[in-house]
Amino acid sequence: MAKKLRTRKHRVVLNRSVGGDMGITVVLAIFGAFMFLPMLYTVMNALKPMDELWIFPPRFYVVRPTLDNFKELFALMSDSWVPFSRYIFNTVFISVTGTAGNLLLSSMAAYALAKIPFPGSQPIFKLVRFALMFTPTVTAIANFITMSALRWVDTYWALIIPACATSLGLYLMKQFMDSNVSAEVLESARLDGATEFKTFWVIAMPMVKPAWLTLIIYCFQGLWNAGASIYIYSEELKSLNYAISQITAGGVARAGAAAAATVIMMAVPILVFVITQSNIIETMGSSGMKD
Amino acid sequence: MSKKSDAQVVARKDITKAQWTWMQMKRYKVAYLMIAPFMLIFFIFTVIPVIASLALSFTSFNMLQMPKFLFLDNYITLFLDDDLWVTALKNTLIFAAVVGPVSYILSFLVAWFINELSPRIRAVVTLIFYAPSISGNAYLIWQTLFSSDAQGWVNGKLLDWGFIDTPVLWFQDERYVMALCIIVALWMSLGTSFLSFIAGLQGINVSLFEAAAVDGLKNRWQELWYVTLPSMKPQLMFGAIMAITGAFSFGAVVTALAGNPSVNYAAYTIQHHLDEYQGVRWEVGYSSAISFVMFLMMVGSNMAVTKLLAKVGQ
Repeated sequence: MAKKLRTRKHRVVLNRSVGGDMGITVVLAIFGAFMFLPMLYTVMNALKPMDELWIFPPRFYVVRPTLDNFKELFALMSDSWVPFSRYIFNTVFISVTGTAGNLLLSSMAAYALAKIPFPGSQPIFKLVRFALMFTPTVTAIANFITMSALRWVDTYWALIIPACATSLGLYLMKQFMDSNVSAEVLESARLDGATEFKTFWVIAMPMVKPAWLTLIIYCFQGLWNAGASIYIYSEELKSLNYAISQITAGGVARAGAAAAATVIMMAVPILVFVITQSNIIETMGSSGMKD
Repeated sequence: MSKKSDAQVVARKDITKAQWTWMQMKRYKVAYLMIAPFMLIFFIFTVIPVIASLALSFTSFNMLQMPKFLFLDNYITLFLDDDLWVTALKNTLIFAAVVGPVSYILSFLVAWFINELSPRIRAVVTLIFYAPSISGNAYLIWQTLFSSDAQGWVNGKLLDWGFIDTPVLWFQDERYVMALCIIVALWMSLGTSFLSFIAGLQGINVSLFEAAAVDGLKNRWQELWYVTLPSMKPQLMFGAIMAITGAFSFGAVVTALAGNPSVNYAAYTIQHHLDEYQGVRWEVGYSSAISFVMFLMMVGSNMAVTKLLAKVGQ
């Protein structure tokens, strides 16, 4: 019974009982509801008019959806002392430069570690792997001293430069290059006289597109969601996330605007993920031809 | 190509190991150039800070005067004379012991369950499970859901249905605050390792499953244990590190939901203790000792998990 071979649209599945499939679907649905309903409630709240937000008993769904909360949020934004566009610029600037720097430095280092057998490559990679456990909690103290010594406190540098070299970025990129960039292709490029830099940039980089998309997602999310930083005290250098949390900390009266702000802040990383996820699946799909 | 390597073999016999290494280093000098920018930043902001933090943990240092060498005094004070540290340690260990394994197993199970869905549905389900971990401060919705007045959704429903007469002070009650924070932590814990598991499962060669079925594996659970998990070991190791670091560094979310200090220090973690000594009191030596103990606990748990993972599929 269980050994029967069933075929589904997209692949052959072995050893799958119908009962097991149903059980798994039920479990997935329960967990899925646990994950999804709070997110849905956030969106619902952002669309509720004031009287529905404070109704008793509380209602999950919105009956008369309105964009008033978003209007109120934008009104509050335009009142702020530092122009709001400045906060947006800060976050976008830091996210984009930090992500680009990380992508470039990590893939260059990953290429060397994965594809050039130079003395010391293995201990260096072991250190990088071990450093996945060097969390900001552990490094924060010394970093503050370093930032002060470099006079980077209260500048963009304090946020951008450390984000350019993360152990996670290098680790993921190196692992991916190990298995997805074939040595023969690189060797033939080298025999044709391409320099190591050119081989890396023209041959290897296009082959690891899924990995750089993954890196972009992680790096961008981290920088986008960064709130108040201990390195920044000038109001005009602070992040959008910080500014919005300040606006919406105004208590009960601003509950609607706070919900609207949360929706805007979460929409961006989710959107970035949706776009890059479909890209990753596409690139993965076309890479299946080789084997 | 083969000629070149023959020449190397001969050359290698004639010279010492150091000379050989030096030759190789010169030959691949471009590689050092390529890793240099990354390594410079990586060492300054990631590696040296950990070493510095270990060194500073043996001193008394306030960032103004020179550090004063104390040897183990900070650690002795920490373990013998700091009641709040004991609370923080206990809470962090509870957090880590629950959130770490549960989020790890949950990430894997969900990734495994959705692996057999069609690609389009899989993309949607992936998004649903992954979204909470990337949505910034969306976790504040739990504060709205479990708000301490009748307008909170949970209180409102419980009042309406007649289970309670007065609103429960969820995040302000020491009986509930820890459990609620753990639930929120789990809600937002399907992150990096989850994606890694999904990608890893997609990469397993289908012929392995076919061969296993021919060899007489009876159901999906046997297949999971004998084929899937062993093939997934690289991702499982990586996911373990992510789960461990995430579980131990937990603190910011507690502060946002329950305040710091939380009611009667019921959800006070090592992260909070660290913030106190580092950000408020500027006792850098002492806070270095705290962060180093935390680091050792992460490394220790990781070694334990590595040992456990070695047993998978046997």
